[in-house]
Amino acid sequence: MVRHIIPKTLQEALTYLSEGTFKIMAGGTDLMIQKRSTAGLPPKIGQDVIYLFNLAELRYVSRGDGYLKIGAMTPLEDIYHHPDTPELLKKVIYEMASPGIRHMATMAGNIGNASPAGDSLVALYVLDARIKLQSISGERILPISDVIIGVRKTIIRPDELIAEILIPVDNFNVIVWRKVGGRRADAISKVSFAALIKRNAEVIKDIRIAFGAVSPTVVRSRQIEAELNGKSITELRNMLPSILEKYATAIRPIDDQRSSAHYRRQVASNMLRHLIEKEI
Amino acid sequence: MNKITFTLNHQPVALELDPSMRLLDVLRDHFKLTGSKEGCGEGECGACSVLVNGRVVNSCCLPLGNVNGQEVVTIEEFAKTKRYQVLKDAFHDEGGSQCGICTPGMIMAAESLLNQNPHPSDEEIRIGLSGNLCRCTGYNMIVKAVHLAAKKGAGLW
Repeated sequence: MVRHIIPKTLQEALTYLSEGTFKIMAGGTDLMIQKRSTAGLPPKIGQDVIYLFNLAELRYVSRGDGYLKIGAMTPLEDIYHHPDTPELLKKVIYEMASPGIRHMATMAGNIGNASPAGDSLVALYVLDARIKLQSISGERILPISDVIIGVRKTIIRPDELIAEILIPVDNFNVIVWRKVGGRRADAISKVSFAALIKRNAEVIKDIRIAFGAVSPTVVRSRQIEAELNGKSITELRNMLPSILEKYATAIRPIDDQRSSAHYRRQVASNMLRHLIEKEI
Repeated sequence: MNKITFTLNHQPVALELDPSMRLLDVLRDHFKLTGSKEGCGEGECGACSVLVNGRVVNSCCLPLGNVNGQEVVTIEEFAKTKRYQVLKDAFHDEGGSQCGICTPGMIMAAESLLNQNPHPSDEEIRIGLSGNLCRCTGYNMIVKAVHLAAKKGAGLW
């Protein structure tokens, strides 16, 4: 008999997680569809389920220690409306799904689900977000890129839950988000692209570029970025062919029902070209 | 099994059902509230829209366990309100309802939008209803209907 647990407190949730293996239900907007069965029947989850969505202790957005701290169960719509939410994240959430989904969907769900097409992940990578994983025995805070290791694969242990998303408070001169999907609302990305740049009049001080839905995980290359930092804008534009080539080898798109590898590769390259030619 | 308790259309209810059941199925099969429709069943069409704590959600991807302790309102209850009358008349006047299957969801999404933003722009209406598909109207009539409702119902939201 499969158990369904609706804990009232975080402590209770952590205790359950320490004693068994659960499927974690956040907003349900991905899980309920992935496990969907015929109308009238419960989804085929096939293991114990713990429902965390209404845990008040995991519903907040606050500032402290140089971070914006987002409680794991905060619905996307509430993150969007918070005055301290970074502009990039607002742009991303604004184009995710629709209001009815955004009232339920959580960023922790996006992380735990670890889909290559998870839009908020692309923003979290370039924002240098850190993820607080909590268990009965303690907590660890890791960069997002260390948490997600493959298609639907994370390093989150069965006794852990995602408790908080920490985003360094920072300012950028250039903030770009591009989502390519079948339509404006309710689309799963074919390709997505985020860029954050700090620059003075002539020189790039900090450039961060990430692609979504073109590899098993979000692609962000600190190595390529390091080669671009400190360059003048003119130098950067002159380097364009080699930059395009470097990212072309970094991404590994596939053919699937939403798009083709060829299309994804071309569009990813076009967005990067546009950034460097027109948006810096 | 744990009991799930919540308020449904302002009445307290307590259920001993599998908490992973879709709220949509619980509403339609258990409570015989069939105003919420199943269209796509995957959160893309909005025909199953209901309000949880006054905000529109897709009840086809909402597990019953997630409404524990919350307030759920369906089109059947909302239809008793003045705001519904204003929206209904506006949909009627602008031709915003044709075959009708999307209409309950459209009305719930419009109510949620007007709750948060009583005087929405064209763009804000389109975003507010972006999770609701309609294959009859081409949407312009629905957008006009929401504008009309916001105007005629000024002060209600």
